[in-house]
Amino acid sequence: MNWVNDVIQGILLGGYYGIIACGLALMFGVMRIINLAHGDIAVLGAFLMYLLLQHWSVSPFIALLPVLPTMILFGYVLQRLVLQRSLRAGILTPLLATFGLSIVIQNALEQSFGPDVQSLGGQAGSLVTAAWRINSQISISALGGLTFGAAVAVYAALQLYLSRTPSGRQMRASAEDPDTAELVGINSRAVYARATAIAIGIATLGGLALALRSTFSSYSGPDQLIFAFEAVVIGGLGSSLWGALLGGIVLGVAQTIGSQINPEWSVLSGHIVFLLVLISPRGGLLTLRSGRRAPASLPQAGT
Amino acid sequence: MNEPGTKIQRWTPVSSSFTSGFGLLIVALAFVPVVMGASIVQDLTTLLILVLMAVMWNALAGYGGLVSVGQQAYIGLGAYATVWFALQGVNPYWGMVLATVFCALVSVPLSFIVLRFRGAQFAIGTWVVAEAIGIYVSFDNQLGAGTGTSLSQLDSYASTTREHITYWLTLGMTAFFVLLVFALLRSRLGASLQAIRDDEEAAASVGVSVLGGKRILFILASAGCGAAGAMTVANILFIEPTSIFSVNYSAFMIFMVLVGGLGTFEGPIIGAIILYFIQKQFGNDGTWYLIGLGSSAIVFALLFPRGLWGMLEERTGLRFMPVGYRVKRSASPHEAGP
Repeated sequence: MNWVNDVIQGILLGGYYGIIACGLALMFGVMRIINLAHGDIAVLGAFLMYLLLQHWSVSPFIALLPVLPTMILFGYVLQRLVLQRSLRAGILTPLLATFGLSIVIQNALEQSFGPDVQSLGGQAGSLVTAAWRINSQISISALGGLTFGAAVAVYAALQLYLSRTPSGRQMRASAEDPDTAELVGINSRAVYARATAIAIGIATLGGLALALRSTFSSYSGPDQLIFAFEAVVIGGLGSSLWGALLGGIVLGVAQTIGSQINPEWSVLSGHIVFLLVLISPRGGLLTLRSGRRAPASLPQAGT
Repeated sequence: MNEPGTKIQRWTPVSSSFTSGFGLLIVALAFVPVVMGASIVQDLTTLLILVLMAVMWNALAGYGGLVSVGQQAYIGLGAYATVWFALQGVNPYWGMVLATVFCALVSVPLSFIVLRFRGAQFAIGTWVVAEAIGIYVSFDNQLGAGTGTSLSQLDSYASTTREHITYWLTLGMTAFFVLLVFALLRSRLGASLQAIRDDEEAAASVGVSVLGGKRILFILASAGCGAAGAMTVANILFIEPTSIFSVNYSAFMIFMVLVGGLGTFEGPIIGAIILYFIQKQFGNDGTWYLIGLGSSAIVFALLFPRGLWGMLEERTGLRFMPVGYRVKRSASPHEAGP
């Protein structure tokens, strides 16, 4: 019976990984770049909320209201000023530039907020302690349930945006073939900036989830990036948007079960599952090995 | 290719004098401990380790197009394998050589995992491997677990002797790997590696074994970083998992290669010298220092992708080490790059 609870807790944890992975998958799907500063950006969002809560004693969810648009704007500007320029220069440059950005954000946070670990759980009131008991062994925490619900909502909203709105259709067109998209009048730079803005907005939600469920520090970013990346790869590397959420759930379950075997093994067992998926012949749960074409970028949702 | 009036040239007077100068430099460096004080010997050891790391990272990224964020896996493994061999009773200096071989061997099966990735995926894939190895090592109580361990077997040497042997071994390892890269680039494989970097699919279509070439570079860079790790533990004597498996090593390597010149032979060496002086000036772990390194990496990646050496080479046509070919026209003395 304990196993059932582990799996349930793992799935709920997977909701958090799904949120963190979503923005990474979106940027990879649209521009084929992996933002190595993705985790640090989520942590930056968490620190901005922490900063607000130092001055106003409100709920962290209220602190999200001004931070979210700020971060979305930051994403837009980041794309326009840095990433767009790096995209033109080949495949290595975005990688090097975002790695540099990751080092800058981590150390700027360390410089401003010091080395202490922080958490926003204390300001969230009863949310972090409330739980829904199913029986003596299985219980679902309110926070875990909320995070998982938020993850499903984020993926559903992104799916709707991509399949139903003109702007989303432009994004899928640019992802599929930017040159042809330009020919029919789509401004791919604007599309890319929108994609990055959305990705960083979702990363900020991930930052809030991280800050509520555990502690974070200025150097927490790389771990979040690695978990997000593992989720994306386990889910089939952008072959489907929902794959990243599924990958997050697999990662969450692997970590929870690993930590039951030995508390130190939590993160390591996630890495091992990731490497096992990699060496498996299909290399990803949802990967469609379709000839030599690179994995399809975004969900082919019914148009 | 050989049209009348053109001639393919490898060696120029400048490059042959610099190549022999490079050989002389290695010989001269070998005599440093005899004539210089202990602090200079230790500083040069640190510098040579940086050169080795930069040259290895450049071999991967500059010639194979493989941007790794996980070379600290081999730095850490090289250091810990040295400690492990010493615990088994092997002479620590032999242990460093064995640790280098060990890293090369470990990288063979790992290459089958991470070389499935391309581009950015390779970067994080190698990083995950480094994290997994770092966590695994931190479980080993014999190796000091999370709190670290020291290479106490070196205490049996007098400190001057120890510093001198460490220096000579570092010089030997660095020279060996630099010359290996030099030889590799001048071989037939070198041309195919650069073709892979420029366009993988085009290279494959003319019969270059893309995966084979990348695997050789990957194993070479793993061995080289393993050697750098072994030299690091000999130089600082104490290691702990979080610092020796730290991703900051990747930040250093990226900084050195980007600033010096990605894909040039001389660039990483210049980059290592620059990083060495920055470290000496601003300390090793300050946040402002790392913010500076990160911002310079962004600026160089975006604005000066060829790095300092690449820009100099472009301006002057100078090339000190003959790793490419030049086409020389007898009609006009202009030189063109490969």
